[in-house]
Amino acid sequence: MTGGFRSAVVTFPGSNCDRDMAVALEQVSGTAPIRVWHGDAELPERLDFIALPGGFSYGDYLRCGAIASRSPIMRAVIEAAGKGVPVLGVCNGFQVLTESGLLPGALLRNAAIRFVCREVVLTVENGQSLFTSGYEQGARIRVPVAHHDGNYFADDETLDRIEGEGRVAFRYAEEVNGSSRAIAGVLNAAGNVLGMMPHPERAIEPAQGSADGRALFESAVKGLVGA
Amino acid sequence: MKVRVHVSLKPGVLDPQGRAIHHSLEGLGFSGVNDVRAGRLIELDVDEATSDDALDEMCRKLLANMVIENYRIEKVAA
Repeated sequence: MTGGFRSAVVTFPGSNCDRDMAVALEQVSGTAPIRVWHGDAELPERLDFIALPGGFSYGDYLRCGAIASRSPIMRAVIEAAGKGVPVLGVCNGFQVLTESGLLPGALLRNAAIRFVCREVVLTVENGQSLFTSGYEQGARIRVPVAHHDGNYFADDETLDRIEGEGRVAFRYAEEVNGSSRAIAGVLNAAGNVLGMMPHPERAIEPAQGSADGRALFESAVKGLVGA
Repeated sequence: MKVRVHVSLKPGVLDPQGRAIHHSLEGLGFSGVNDVRAGRLIELDVDEATSDDALDEMCRKLLANMVIENYRIEKVAA
């Protein structure tokens, strides 16, 4: 129990993994996150962690994550991210992060068109970030995916840059959705924003089939409380 | 003023939906279709005073994702 870990989970209309995310954060940190609504203009003060959950915000209208990324709360999230507050976006949360410009690239429709819903194997490409320090570099982990638009795209110059800067956090160890260079998770330049399509919050205890996602939350909690 | 915004994927960006449509057209027996790209048409009804710059900004800030898409603004005669 750390007690002092102040996190927030943002709920957009159509989010559906916000409760899973809140449970994961509470289980790992010992403190229930503060729930924040998309229409709120401000975040709670002194946050240690902000999570943007999966789902289908605004019915995926226009583009996945497009409308949510322009909602009032995202102005506050972008400001907090700029000040170094850790931000994790999972699935639709990743789409919101790319649409908001906090992360490079975009998530396109899966190359095979189909919605993919299964457990996949990832490799940890950067085991030293705020979110991944609890993993061995190169570790293979099992985490579920559930998405229709997870095909990561960026131009070659951007891909070369983020690879060169160690900003690819996770890569698919198998073909999943056609993502450029099999990228599953990306960090921002400062390393305090991570977006990923797979769902670590759905793999935090063995009863869920895999507990490999737990170390991600443990890394963040340990990194911040230990700082 | 009626405005049509045509949003299309940039050349080189994979278009799985276009590919599926192409495949389906071939399945229906249509030959000679070399490629299919799917886009989006957004129709706006705006005040006459709306400037070209404002329309451009609407496209860049929301209607198109400049990482993957291009847009074209077409003003439609009433």
